[in-house]
Amino acid sequence: MNKNNKNESSPAGAGLSRRSLLKGAGLAGTALITAGGPAAVAQSVSPATAPARIPLIEAFETLTAAESAALDAFASRILPSDDGTPGAHEARAVHFIDRGLTGAMAASREQYAVGLAGLDDCARQRGGVPFAQLPAAEQDAIIDAMTRNAIPEFPMLNAGFFNTVRTHTIEGTFSDPYYGGNRDFVGWALLGYPGVRIASSVEDVQQGSALAPSRQSAYDMPAHTKDPVNPDSTGGVSHGH
Amino acid sequence: MATEMPRTDVVVIGLGAVGGVAVLPLVTAGLNVVGLEAGGWMSTRDFAPDEIRNNIRDWPQAVPKAKSEIPTTRANINFEAVQGGGHPMMNGVGGTSLHYWAQSWRLNPWDFKTVSETTRRYGAHRIPADSTVEDWPFGYEELEPYYDRVEYALGVSGNAGNIQGRLQPGGNPFEGPRSRAYPMPGLRSSPFTDMMGAAASDLGWQPFQGPAAINSEVYGDRPGCFYHGFCDRGGCHVAAKSSTAVTTIPEALKSGRLQVRTHARVLRIVSNAQGRVTGVEYLTGNQVMFQPADAVLLASHTYENTRLLLLSRSREFPNGLANNSGQVGQHYLSHHQGAPVIALFPRNLNNWYGLPAQGVAIDEWADDNFDHSDLDFIGGGNLWAHTDRKPISAAKMSTFDLVPNWGAQWKAFIRENADRTNTSYIQKTTLPYRGNYLDLDPLVKDKLGFPVIRITAEFRDNEKRIAAFTQDKMEQWYRAAGAVQIIRTPLGTGMGTSTHAYGGTRMGDNPATNVTDRFGFAHEAPNLGILGASVMGTSGARNPTLTAQALAWRTAEHLAANWNSIAG
Repeated sequence: MNKNNKNESSPAGAGLSRRSLLKGAGLAGTALITAGGPAAVAQSVSPATAPARIPLIEAFETLTAAESAALDAFASRILPSDDGTPGAHEARAVHFIDRGLTGAMAASREQYAVGLAGLDDCARQRGGVPFAQLPAAEQDAIIDAMTRNAIPEFPMLNAGFFNTVRTHTIEGTFSDPYYGGNRDFVGWALLGYPGVRIASSVEDVQQGSALAPSRQSAYDMPAHTKDPVNPDSTGGVSHGH
Repeated sequence: MATEMPRTDVVVIGLGAVGGVAVLPLVTAGLNVVGLEAGGWMSTRDFAPDEIRNNIRDWPQAVPKAKSEIPTTRANINFEAVQGGGHPMMNGVGGTSLHYWAQSWRLNPWDFKTVSETTRRYGAHRIPADSTVEDWPFGYEELEPYYDRVEYALGVSGNAGNIQGRLQPGGNPFEGPRSRAYPMPGLRSSPFTDMMGAAASDLGWQPFQGPAAINSEVYGDRPGCFYHGFCDRGGCHVAAKSSTAVTTIPEALKSGRLQVRTHARVLRIVSNAQGRVTGVEYLTGNQVMFQPADAVLLASHTYENTRLLLLSRSREFPNGLANNSGQVGQHYLSHHQGAPVIALFPRNLNNWYGLPAQGVAIDEWADDNFDHSDLDFIGGGNLWAHTDRKPISAAKMSTFDLVPNWGAQWKAFIRENADRTNTSYIQKTTLPYRGNYLDLDPLVKDKLGFPVIRITAEFRDNEKRIAAFTQDKMEQWYRAAGAVQIIRTPLGTGMGTSTHAYGGTRMGDNPATNVTDRFGFAHEAPNLGILGASVMGTSGARNPTLTAQALAWRTAEHLAANWNSIAG
């Protein structure tokens, strides 16, 4: 697995000492060694886990070049970045959708094929260029009409397609970066979500969105890594068989 | 031909929230038990803090069995039933207790005596004419010792409200008397629940931290809750959630008398010419097996309990096992737990690391805790304000009609308000009615070719009136806490698939209107016990699991204590 995810801005576990973590979890001293789970805590907050090791997927797995361009432009109008802060494009929401369409979201693949082709056709009819090359205001006009089911000549451009893309854009922007979106945690930063962590203390909760972000994927945690590991070291609960 | 396995005393179908509890009293009494579970074992490693997997893609529920058996639903017989959504059943050792919210309530004593208490206080005419509700065959007092056993065997945290008749500060003043305190204090509060609690006190209400099958401190060899915020539909990464997979099942395994057989998908329960069950046929891989047993405990989900009975036809039971009365599938209800009120506050609530069971409850408007003389319904709702928040659901928050739901304005809106909204959870008294039932769908089949369950059910006026009434109270509570925007969602029509599904094998003394007797054994097949919310005839205004678990313990203990007369 490559290690080129950029997360130098804040190391994992910043502002979160093991001591405060355990205190916050209501645990003290010897009680820790009696259960499987807490053994994982000490590991997960060590600096060694700081690099997010989730690989970047550069190539699209199912979307064509034209589809990915149209979808990226569409998602970028749903969650734009023209206010100077990252949006769906910077989060790489389209990469999340692309991967999803090959698996858990495969039922939507045909809707994307038809909808994105319709989006380009509509844009060419109105502006002579594919959707991605239309000025933002004209892109917005098409999307606005879509939400009102007001494009009768392109019936696939309807509120249902809009809702599908909106839902998936949100998921791609705000999900765990393991799935290919939320790159550099830009989605979580937008919301003020301080990131996944093993535990939160009373003091952590009181800080709310001001809490130093954890900047890790769930699968950076030793307890949940997808790498082959020795189960004895990761707090797997015994099954009794 | 099925391959026959060595005989055992008891076979339990499903090692979930209730089957996983029942095995403990069985092996403690010295019985040999085979537990058949359609799913496998999971460990804390499997329960990552991953909103996509838990909440969007329905993992770990997304295993083939439950997913291929999704019920069809329709409001009434004038519609065609359609399949949709998910199946609330979880295949895995521990079942739904792995990933549920773990709210672990006792029912209010009124819920056992809805008919007689309503008649006594307001007159029989106040019971909805189309309801088939009956009093339970026993009262709260009968179940109290079993509630207590389960609370201690699993590990339930909570603040007692009534110990042996003495009211306790900080607890629910309306709960039935309990023999002793919870084994652990309630989960910790949060800035948000403190704020809501203070607002409730200002209104003259009595807020309290609700009970949860989640450790609030070290309990046995398991730690207290880590409050990491992925409890909703996520298994616990540190085993602080008191699932049967980390409590009663491992405890029962220590006896050496429980055999857990995973990936065993039960096809039918076999019965003989005397109307007694003789064992269970199940599929594992591509092999059909037969497990003979002297007694069978059916402990699947409510939908699957009814389905397996209806699929287990024989010469003696041509309409399904224990269904010569035609009662299997009747008295079905989905708990009315929808129609929430949604609030927007003018400042951050600091809810990023909460969990659904970390909440503050109001019981003033539940059950018969208030005078219904001048109202047009019976029962009520429990108001619950809780802390759960995760990033995707936060971004999907309501815009309160203040901005469009896309574009620059929307982005600015969620940036400001992601941590400022809250959605209430209101569980309401829901009654069984004529015309609301489960049966086998005539058209839709699972992957093996067996029909799926069809739900024909809709809420009636009583539920909708409670929903409107409790929305008023919830809005009042949110406003008292400073909410600046409120949305009241629609009151509900059809009863769809639900995690809180009751009935289908109702418990009662009258065999003409109930499938099981007062101990949970089928009137028509006396060595078949049925466990789960499918035996419950009323919902109450709170989560069913602890009550179903207490009933399961009681049924198992009754079987062991009366082994010769039931199984001999």
